[in-house]
Amino acid sequence: MTLDRTTTTLAVAAVLLLAAAPFLPQWLVFLLTLALAKGLVVLGLVVLMRTGLVSFGQGLYFGLGAYAAALVGAAAEVLDAAVMLAAAVAGSAGLAAVLGLLLARYRDIFFAMLSLAFSMILYGLLVKSSALGSTDGFNLHAKSFAGITLPAGAERRVFYAVAVVAVLGAAWAVHRYLSSHYGRLATAIRDNELRVEYLGSSVFRVVFANYVIAGALGGLGGAFAALAVGHVDPETAYWTTSGEFVFVAILGGTGNVLAPFLGAAIFEAVRTVANQYAPNVWQMTLGIVMLALILFLPAGLWSLVARLRSVAR
Amino acid sequence: MSAILVAKGVNKSFGAVTAAADVNVAVDRDAMVGLIGANGAGKTTFINMVTGYLKPSSGTIRFDGRELTALPPRRITQLGVSRSFQIPQLFNSLSARENLLVAVGIVAAAAHRWAHSDLTPARAGEASDEVLERFDLAAYRDREAGLLPEGVRKLLDVAMALVVRPRILLLDEPTSGVSADEKFAIMDLVMGAVRGVTVLFVEHDMDIVARYAQRVLAFADGRIIADGAPAAVLADAEVRRFVIGEAHA
Amino acid sequence: MFDLAAVLFDGVVYSSWLFMMAAGLTLIYGVMRILNIAHGSLYALGAYAGASLVGAWLAGGHPPAASYALLLAAALLVGLVMGPLIERGLLRLMYGRDEVVLLLVTYALFLILEDVIKLAWGVESLVVAEPYALPGNFRIGKLAYPVYNLILIGAAIVIGLVVAWGLYRTRQGKLLLAVIHDREMSAAMGINVARVYVFTFTIGAALAAAGGALTAPAIAVSPGIGVEVIVLSFAVVVIGGLGSLGGAALGALIVGIVRSAMVRYWPEGELFSVYLVMALVLIARPKGLFAAPEARKI
Repeated sequence: MTLDRTTTTLAVAAVLLLAAAPFLPQWLVFLLTLALAKGLVVLGLVVLMRTGLVSFGQGLYFGLGAYAAALVGAAAEVLDAAVMLAAAVAGSAGLAAVLGLLLARYRDIFFAMLSLAFSMILYGLLVKSSALGSTDGFNLHAKSFAGITLPAGAERRVFYAVAVVAVLGAAWAVHRYLSSHYGRLATAIRDNELRVEYLGSSVFRVVFANYVIAGALGGLGGAFAALAVGHVDPETAYWTTSGEFVFVAILGGTGNVLAPFLGAAIFEAVRTVANQYAPNVWQMTLGIVMLALILFLPAGLWSLVARLRSVAR
Repeated sequence: MSAILVAKGVNKSFGAVTAAADVNVAVDRDAMVGLIGANGAGKTTFINMVTGYLKPSSGTIRFDGRELTALPPRRITQLGVSRSFQIPQLFNSLSARENLLVAVGIVAAAAHRWAHSDLTPARAGEASDEVLERFDLAAYRDREAGLLPEGVRKLLDVAMALVVRPRILLLDEPTSGVSADEKFAIMDLVMGAVRGVTVLFVEHDMDIVARYAQRVLAFADGRIIADGAPAAVLADAEVRRFVIGEAHA
Repeated sequence: MFDLAAVLFDGVVYSSWLFMMAAGLTLIYGVMRILNIAHGSLYALGAYAGASLVGAWLAGGHPPAASYALLLAAALLVGLVMGPLIERGLLRLMYGRDEVVLLLVTYALFLILEDVIKLAWGVESLVVAEPYALPGNFRIGKLAYPVYNLILIGAAIVIGLVVAWGLYRTRQGKLLLAVIHDREMSAAMGINVARVYVFTFTIGAALAAAGGALTAPAIAVSPGIGVEVIVLSFAVVVIGGLGSLGGAALGALIVGIVRSAMVRYWPEGELFSVYLVMALVLIARPKGLFAAPEARKI
């Protein structure tokens, strides 16, 4: 096992976050879980962006994962978080495998728009479904994890700990994947698909694989977010939610698997502050920051970190 | 008969434009064939049809007996037919070495299925460095492909085409866009690397054709108007008129 | 039978303002290769500006009959102000970048404008229903329809014809078509592409604002009306084929009638049906119904 800097950072972060679990105030547990959950969705986006595709519809999997987890509790009456998470991943990966057969054939604006279309289809279905609570959605709570009953009042803390392990573990797996030949192949596809085909490799297969990975990560993120919030609603599948994920991807950058989490953490923190003190200019702030990033820091905040690292060497 | 590539009755039209008209060619193993012709005569169209970028309107193209016309470029490469491009098709944001690592990686990953090569993922870096050496590109190892000089890009393009261990290599204007003094250097490097490979190359420079080709096919208006040894074809009256462009035939 | 007529009529009404949105959107994409998410904000600006202007006009005791012209004037104003402001002030800084990056720039702009609107007009709804109620109703069978809807349809047709005439028959329009076809070649031929850009964006903005202004009397103008409109407009434009005016018209008709049919026969499907149609069209025709053919790359 290679112990490069990213792996070490992931391991250290996991240990620190876990060790702090019993001591963190409730609001911070919530914030961190949400940052991990959304960071995971964005990580999936970043995997796709390596092949040059920007999905404007990750809300589809985020929403699907959230509702799948919630339905396990509400419809199947299984109040076990592990089952919920598994259902979310299975459902999302399954759907991504089906939709990917179609979507992996599109590029650029059309890929973005088609992915948007599918997320809006889910949104439309959810809003019009009174059984699922329509625009209000419904609540979910989990009483156990993998059969072990959770101590009352500490559920969120347990979800947080599970999220730390699962999310950072997934991030490490993605890191290995992107550092391999397949990561380089993804960049090659982004640069010149034609040449990749002429070298005897199937572009479709790589794009499809990356799409399924993004879908699975999106679903898992959605389930964790749902567990943290305790509630699901159709907004999770709305295009503005997908837009937020794209924003965070740009904020963090795509250069490293840690970048999405950096972006997500900052995003959630600023959002909390903005909602408290300046809710009417939150969107404007987002917009201005996004423009500033595109103009002055197109590789995202991570590029700053990378620059600092190379200076420190 | 040791014909490795046989095209029979190949036609291709784009609406009113005829890019190939009844093309019949049989290429022998290990041959070195030059394709000449004015712009729009059908040379690149022919290469595009052999390598699967275009489907002929009618006719067959067989490689080692296998019909190619229904296959996608990927499958054709896997069978052993590789090509280089008139405009170098590289991965511009990657370095020269990384470009080769991609190619080597693809072949190494496919080692059991179609590549039949000795390349393994572990040896990928070494193998890429070897290719860089062979093509005199070591100096450009870590430079971004998009920023390299045209001659270097051309060589890298050809080098990548050879990584897939082809049995036939089609070169589309390997020396175009390159300064006169570099042309021979490029061809020397390329020819030095293609032992045991059948080569077809499209060229506009008749000196290059005369020096490197063992056989020349001359195209005009989608037809092959001359086929034979370089000296004979280059002296042919029709060729002089339609291809070389001399006023008196 | 009247049922079907009602569905069709409703569909055509819906298509009318959708067409105005889509026409501007597709033009902007065709000429500038920008899929303008901020179009939704321009729609909202048109609605607010129209409502405010007419509201002030009526409050001043002036004849309500002029309110229709005022709505259009408001739209034009929004277009003439916002068009050059956005194109010169922001988009010009971003040309040459990837299409998706430009998409994100317009998304950022959309976010900014949404809050600007909130700051300028507050979060309360603005209701200016007089122009809507004034002409009265007419009947199709048992159902009563506001005459205003006919005005809307008429406006869409007139605007569509004017834009088409402007595009295909005037010199300026032909310059636009040239740039749509090949930007580099047009610039090489001496066409002032920069001027064409600002002109196109202004027209596109005015069209979006017109869609908003003409819809304003029929709705409660409130923050966020641009949000759903923009995704719908995208669907229309993608269905029709990016850069095609005829495609925008056909796409708008399809979306309008499908949605209307859903509302009547299967309300649960109303929201997602449009996107399903878009997905189906893209599956059958990956670039939309009237997409331009592409040349060989190698």
